[in-house]
Amino acid sequence: MTQPLKKVGERGIGITIFAFAYLFFLYAPMLVLPFFSFADQTIFRFPIEGFSTRWYEELGERPEMITALWNSIQVGLIASILATIMGLLAAKAITRYAMPGKGVAMGLISLPLFIPEVLLGLALLIILNLASIPLSLVTIAMGHVMLCTPFAMSVLIARMDGFDKSLEEASMDLGESGWMTFWRVTFPLIAPAIVSSLLLTFIVSFDEFLLAFFLQGDQITLPLYIWGQLRFPSNFPPVLALGTCILLVSIVLVVFAEWLRQVGAQGDTPNVGVR
Amino acid sequence: MSAGDYIRIENITKRFGSFHAVDNADFGIKQGEFFSLLGPSGCGKTTLLRMIAGFEFPTEGEIYIDGQPVTGVPANKRPTNMVFQSYAIFPHLDVYDNVAYGLRKLRLDKAELDRRVKEALAMIRMDGFETRKADQMSGGQRQRVALARALVNRPKVLLLDEPLGALDKKLREQMQFELRSLQQNVGITFIFVTHDQEEALSLSDRIAVMQKGKVMQIATPRELYESPTTREVADFIGTINLLNGTVKSKDDKVAVVEAQGLGLVNVPLPADHAFAPAGAEILVGARPEKLDVVRGAPHPGEKGIKGDIGACAYLGDRNHYQVTIAGRAEPLQVATEQGDRSTLASFMPGEQVTISWGDNSLVLLPRT
Repeated sequence: MTQPLKKVGERGIGITIFAFAYLFFLYAPMLVLPFFSFADQTIFRFPIEGFSTRWYEELGERPEMITALWNSIQVGLIASILATIMGLLAAKAITRYAMPGKGVAMGLISLPLFIPEVLLGLALLIILNLASIPLSLVTIAMGHVMLCTPFAMSVLIARMDGFDKSLEEASMDLGESGWMTFWRVTFPLIAPAIVSSLLLTFIVSFDEFLLAFFLQGDQITLPLYIWGQLRFPSNFPPVLALGTCILLVSIVLVVFAEWLRQVGAQGDTPNVGVR
Repeated sequence: MSAGDYIRIENITKRFGSFHAVDNADFGIKQGEFFSLLGPSGCGKTTLLRMIAGFEFPTEGEIYIDGQPVTGVPANKRPTNMVFQSYAIFPHLDVYDNVAYGLRKLRLDKAELDRRVKEALAMIRMDGFETRKADQMSGGQRQRVALARALVNRPKVLLLDEPLGALDKKLREQMQFELRSLQQNVGITFIFVTHDQEEALSLSDRIAVMQKGKVMQIATPRELYESPTTREVADFIGTINLLNGTVKSKDDKVAVVEAQGLGLVNVPLPADHAFAPAGAEILVGARPEKLDVVRGAPHPGEKGIKGDIGACAYLGDRNHYQVTIAGRAEPLQVATEQGDRSTLASFMPGEQVTISWGDNSLVLLPRT
């Protein structure tokens, strides 16, 4: 028997204050961006001089910012698609085949998450130099694939573990090959997780700075551009406006990805049903 | 094994590491037969079924279906279809597309495909359910769709992996009758895996009883129940009193046995009685319903022994008694049929009675 949960008040007022303070310090800094993006001034200081949307209007007049945004989107698309494909292959191998060293393989794929990115970036830069591969958006994308694959893998493993494996056996039993079974049964069932993985890895790539910093060629991504603009205060407010837009889009994408993941997890049970 | 076998399981062994999941199974199944693999969980029956389906491959031995060796052939190239324990109805497809799944790759013309799907749905009385999805159906309906999806491909063999296990008792009994009449209508060979002995007895033409990877006995339900050949089979199918005994003498039909608690009894000899020469230590088995409880003398022509009623249970259609007899610690189980309502409380605990049995009530079994 589980005890009924205690009401918050019973634990004392202290923990409640702590919880709200925690949430405030976690999210308040993020609100600084939208706040100053509407302020009619170039310096971050109170009191603000007035309300204005001119930084948003100026967004269109900054071609190099738009180029950086477009570069980031390209890198994000390449990285998320490749990472999701690799994550899918890894998830399939890990959930469907008995093989020695499964745990080791999963650990190695996840390793880039735990190595300091500075070291990872440095190591990749040295290797690219040794191999005389010119730095470009492609090298940034390749670095991001490394970072994104573990995310894709864990989202997809969760989904592929979640559905009745006899569905795939039933398809084979009804005469389909392994490849067609994947397209007719597995793929439709894991489609929400694939979309969820694409969104998640796109966001990971989109806001990644350190690897992009080491692997950049003559074209830069948006985080690198923003970093560069810190030296010119007058250029900064439009960056805030863009940042606010990106923040909004990111929140929508993350909520959507999470919603998809949960929708995908429903409808697993009816097959293993009773009555 | 005879030449008329439609499916042949030849010396099949499946090892997982050092564990023998299936140990030298060797038998045949006839065309159109309803054949059951019966045993407790972990006895290897599902592994054997999956080897016939092509999901597992034997470590040793050969499997033939309709004269063709299929041992190394994968599931999608075998003339078998399976009804899974979970039914495995594709959740993203409706009933129609589930049933049509195996037909799509045959590239039938549209009218022919439609005709065969409709025919299969009518066969299981699911016409009108074409657009339902798995989560809009009951367990019994899902099970029927799984049957239609398999049978629509006209397999040579239909494999069923505990298909009734997830249903409640009433529905299970109803589905047993439907399954049996369906099999007789389509005439396809069924191989049915179950751990439920009543289910196996009521459905099957023949049953293979498996235990710890080994096939213990293959026989008709009646033979299995009336003439088990091993202690394990006797114990697994129904309830049986097993008494230690020693063979005193025997002729070509009957052994005279000194049985614990019963004294000297005549036991008919089974077909294979090489295990029971004079002097051999054997077991005498007696099903509870083959014995009777009476007051005074045993039934005419039968033998009897005195005993005391211990526990008794009223089971509606019969009474169950535990009767203690001299020379045996464990009480004998006796089941008596319920007569008319005047005999309801026939025997009370503590009452001294006579257990009555005829020679044909007893069965001779090897001790080990």
